[in-house]
Amino acid sequence: MSHDIADATATETRPTERAHTLQATPSVIAVQGLTKRYASGFEALKRIDLDIQHGEIFALLGPNGAGKTTLISIICGLVNASDGQVRVNGHDIVTDYRAARAQIGLVPQELTSDAFATVWNTVSFSRGLFGKRADSAHIERVLRSLSLWDKRRNKMITLSGGMKRRVLIAKALAHEPQILFLDEPTAGVDVELRRDMWDVVRSLRDQGVTVILTTHYIEEAEEMADRIGVINDGEIVLVEEKAALMRQLGRKQLRLDLQTPLASIPETLAHYPLSLADDGHVLVYTYAASPDEHSTPASISALLNDIEAAGVRFKDLHTEQSSLEEIFVNLVRKDA
Amino acid sequence: MNFRAVGTIYHFELARAWRTLLQSLVSPVISTSLYFVVFGAAIGSRIQEVEGVSYGAFIVPGLIMLMLLTQSVSNASFGIFFPKFTGTIYEVLSAPVSYFEIVLGYVGAAATKSLILGLIILVTASFFVPLRIDHPFWMLLFLTLTALTFSLLGFIIGIWAEGFEKLQLVPLLIITPLTFLGGSFYSIDMLPPVWQTVTLFNPVVYLVSGFRWSFYGISDVSVGASLLMIMIFLGLCLALVGWIFKTGYNIKP
Repeated sequence: MSHDIADATATETRPTERAHTLQATPSVIAVQGLTKRYASGFEALKRIDLDIQHGEIFALLGPNGAGKTTLISIICGLVNASDGQVRVNGHDIVTDYRAARAQIGLVPQELTSDAFATVWNTVSFSRGLFGKRADSAHIERVLRSLSLWDKRRNKMITLSGGMKRRVLIAKALAHEPQILFLDEPTAGVDVELRRDMWDVVRSLRDQGVTVILTTHYIEEAEEMADRIGVINDGEIVLVEEKAALMRQLGRKQLRLDLQTPLASIPETLAHYPLSLADDGHVLVYTYAASPDEHSTPASISALLNDIEAAGVRFKDLHTEQSSLEEIFVNLVRKDA
Repeated sequence: MNFRAVGTIYHFELARAWRTLLQSLVSPVISTSLYFVVFGAAIGSRIQEVEGVSYGAFIVPGLIMLMLLTQSVSNASFGIFFPKFTGTIYEVLSAPVSYFEIVLGYVGAAATKSLILGLIILVTASFFVPLRIDHPFWMLLFLTLTALTFSLLGFIIGIWAEGFEKLQLVPLLIITPLTFLGGSFYSIDMLPPVWQTVTLFNPVVYLVSGFRWSFYGISDVSVGASLLMIMIFLGLCLALVGWIFKTGYNIKP
């Protein structure tokens, strides 16, 4: 009983409070032991476990062929699982597929469309397909939010790739889904349109829609996601809140351009994690980006004092923080 | 039952037919008219009556069946093959609709189209030859059952086909020969005895025979056999469609 009450309260959490209560909210999607073996024997997914929280933007990151699309396709009903279970808000995707699918909108990776249908008709078709009563006001809202209103009478065949992508998003939103899957939403989309789409996704999240996007653009995950899951070779390698991921795995570097190159690191500085780069022209100090680790920025002033005392002179300095991309590349490489 | 979804698929498919009105309706009407000119007027004038019916009128039920079979198969196979080919099928598979509802939408639309077509050809035929329909109810029943059954067959072919070649293969190699050899243009009494027996293995013979009976009260095989045959064929197609969705064959890996 008390559990039910906790669930109910958690579901009503406002988006602004979301970040603090992610752990307390019930999973919108619960994936357990999901496996996909093709007839050829190829195992595209290997016992995947994954929980998606209500109202978050979850980025599924992975190289091509890692299993991102297969995972999404199973959850959305396009592919049969070989083993395991998926529940969408408690509804099993096989035994209770109607309730499960009614809550999901899917934007596929491929730009598929009925070439001769108009934008309005194809978006209305999607709404009807999900069994929702025709609602031109809602379709209009969706089209306007995606800057498609002026194109509503255009046939799909006349639209550019970016516009088609928007129509696919509009189709996915036509039945007012609680959960939106975006499979590589910005693949082949120019920078401006990409920014627009990110804004659309954020505003959806603010309306309480849970968004799961796959991408192999690190920038996208870094920009958008609340949590990040890394999938590689059919396995979830890591799931972490983005900020925590950056904190835990992110490394900062202080790089000093030396006035005169060093052959080796002076003994008085040996207890610092220092290394030389560019034939001794650059002294590199590597430390954790997180301020609560032992090598805090506070120790940088001690380091600089010791460098001064050691008689090493530098002409310039700057710091670099490792990006999600480096973290990701390291993870995938380590795993391979 | 997600009636709204069924209706949505049904209307979208019919809308596709209106967009391609020329191919969908006009061309079968023209080709049927040509059959009447050639078989009915030119050749038919030299053929004596068949069982008391003028040859031109005798071939009308067979011609309608010929068009009904080929159009049902091609409409339904294209209707499901095209979304599979372009990839838009993803949306139907991800929607909260059952397989039965998907079939109902696609096959229902295809059958409706060929049914309308059959009636248009009937009207066209009435301009060329004197027509008589003894059993209108049975005529409509045979027409509907055949349209439904062969639309189901078309649906199966559309799912089975991986390319346009395969899509054409079955209609070209199986449906058309069976129809031409199915007594559309002749009574099987006109065949030598051996071929009369062979032809009884052709399911189309039963369809044409039953359908012709509903017009003129004459038939090659008994009406009961015709009805049984089409029900068996309908059952087979339904079972095959059921198997396709159960296994996800060629549609859901």
